[in-house]
Amino acid sequence: MLLTGCEIIMEVLAEQGVDTVFGYPGGQVLNIYDALYKNQHRIKHVLTAHEQGASHAADGYSRASGKVGVCIATSGPGATNLMTGLATAHADSIPVVAITGNVPMELIGTDSFQEVDTIGLSIPVTKHSFLVKSIDTLAYTLREAFRFAKSGRPGPVLVDIPKNVQVAKTEYEPMGEVEKTPDISPDKDLLDEAVKLINNCKKPVIYCGGGVINGNCSEYIEPLAEKCGAYGVFSMMGLTAMDCENPRHLGMSGMHGRYAATKTLTQADLVLAAGVRFTERATGNKAKFAEHAKIIHLDIDPAEHGKNIDADLKILGNLKESLKYIFENIDEKSNPQWDNEVEKYKAKENENRVETNALMPWNVIETVNKKTSDDTNIATDVGQHQMWVAQYYKFKKPRTHLTSGGLGTMGYGMGAAIGACLATKRRTVLFTGDGSFGMNLNELATAVSQNLPLTVVILNNNRLGMIRQWQSLFFDNHFMATVLDRKTDFVKLADAFGAKGYRAENIEELNSALDKAFALNSPCVIDCIIPNDENVLPMVPPNGSVENMIIK
Amino acid sequence: MKNTLSIVVTNQPGVLTRISSLFSQRDFNIDTFTSGKTEDDDYARITITASGDSRKKDQMIKQISKLYDVKKVEVMQPENTILRELLIVKVSASGEKLREILDAASVFRSKVVDMSPGSVCIEITGETSKIDAFLNYIKDYGILEYCRTGLIAVQRGKQCLFEHKKNSKNETKTA
Repeated sequence: MLLTGCEIIMEVLAEQGVDTVFGYPGGQVLNIYDALYKNQHRIKHVLTAHEQGASHAADGYSRASGKVGVCIATSGPGATNLMTGLATAHADSIPVVAITGNVPMELIGTDSFQEVDTIGLSIPVTKHSFLVKSIDTLAYTLREAFRFAKSGRPGPVLVDIPKNVQVAKTEYEPMGEVEKTPDISPDKDLLDEAVKLINNCKKPVIYCGGGVINGNCSEYIEPLAEKCGAYGVFSMMGLTAMDCENPRHLGMSGMHGRYAATKTLTQADLVLAAGVRFTERATGNKAKFAEHAKIIHLDIDPAEHGKNIDADLKILGNLKESLKYIFENIDEKSNPQWDNEVEKYKAKENENRVETNALMPWNVIETVNKKTSDDTNIATDVGQHQMWVAQYYKFKKPRTHLTSGGLGTMGYGMGAAIGACLATKRRTVLFTGDGSFGMNLNELATAVSQNLPLTVVILNNNRLGMIRQWQSLFFDNHFMATVLDRKTDFVKLADAFGAKGYRAENIEELNSALDKAFALNSPCVIDCIIPNDENVLPMVPPNGSVENMIIK
Repeated sequence: MKNTLSIVVTNQPGVLTRISSLFSQRDFNIDTFTSGKTEDDDYARITITASGDSRKKDQMIKQISKLYDVKKVEVMQPENTILRELLIVKVSASGEKLREILDAASVFRSKVVDMSPGSVCIEITGETSKIDAFLNYIKDYGILEYCRTGLIAVQRGKQCLFEHKKNSKNETKTA
């Protein structure tokens, strides 16, 4: 079949099983958009308000579905706008393929209109990027992009296609979906050593990261914990690796982790770390991190071994295989003393709770939680509300928590929530703050035009709360640029965008707003007014440990 | 600690940028960087010398290995490696001083490659320490300029860094 470059792009997208792409048209992708016009029956294009929104949407689509997310942008500013989303996906190892148009090859390097060095920009924020210089390599390169994005440790891949390549013609040979490259199998001797360590320990913890979600192996975590009497502690990216209501799920550890999680990790004599990369936010002072424990580090990426923590036993390879082998070979046991100890830590967590009818971060999240179903997608932005969601929301299933863990991208949530809605056709709740929502609220327009069942819950404290919290704790209450003297009326704003908007100042109002919102299958914004001086607690100060934890 | 890394990459534009970008992203220090074609047109070979303790060295190898275009990375063992770099130095000299410089050049087994009234260009190859020693000797004679290539490295014996034809074409990157 003799096809143009743009037609080949469509064919390869279709053969890779892509049914939805997020993007924004422009001068150097006009031909691609013409091909999209002719392929509307099999590829749905979702127009976002901004390319950043498109890249976050592709990321959210991928996190919710496990498939590769796809976004498209034009050259120059289109490409630069994508970069924040690609960096976000890169930091959290999310498979995304970004397609950018570029000026024709003969103009590259001449500072032509809307020309930027897209490849140069992409290098530090993608897993890889390709410049397609010839039509002859286009189909191969696009397939390579999909293969590389999903193989091993996943990540975003960018394919930059100059205009002359888009319009050139070549023979196209159809192919099926590219398989991911088979993962390395873990070394059985090392796994046997891990089994021995687990059998001999008395205070085991399973510490899960995003790799468990990416590797689709969360089904092993709960049985494993129950079989060896271990407790589950999670990085933010790994929170959904186990049903949060299981008593063995202690929640997130680290800077804003729950007390029991951080304390248990510190007291453990064995940590089975699965797909987690031990960032400084998660570990605090590394010398004191799990200082009494033997650490077994399972990961698909060899570079994670020894990067942040030098584990006692490093096992490289497919996580599912490792977890399955360990689960099947360990002895069944219980550790009653360890259970008693952990119960004490858990009891300490509930000491600060005061029941109130006024809206507080935790009761907003819990009230929403009561009305959602097990498979409602929960997206967040970045800041205090993100930590509160991680602390209080009871996730039941993997891939239902969409949050920018590594990069911490404020403004991530709207795009991600849109992507999740479209990937799953299910309701999505976005928890956001008034600061984060302000960054990319333009995507409300996208949610409205796509008529998505998206409920935006703003925890509105009229502050940039997380930065304010640091100013309050470490900068003598110098509240520089964190008190928002804005007069934005989010109810009217929702209305102006064509969405529904409600305001809630107490639990009854929130309940009634949620009932109305969840009765709708279209976007709705609920502006929840919370106190402006709540801090996220507990907090382990930077480079601290559980001994320095601020609890009240 | 000085480490010499030999890297085989696909011979594509932009590959050097990716390698050097990785070094700056990860705060690895490059001391020298050389690159050139290999016996196989599809591949280029890069030699990097970089300082770093064993943890850093381990990260360098692992992070470089992950790059799409990288086919092989190895830390060269000093006792089993031929290391060479090339220096061309231009010295201002005439008369008696010129004679002394030429004597030194011959002691260091270097080659005079250009002479003009008042200056001489000398080419010397060897390990870094030899080149440093030569430069140290002639520095008082008035060095006008010099240029050095950085190290290249090849393992002694029959064993090669990379078996190009046999297994490389089907090799695919994952992580």
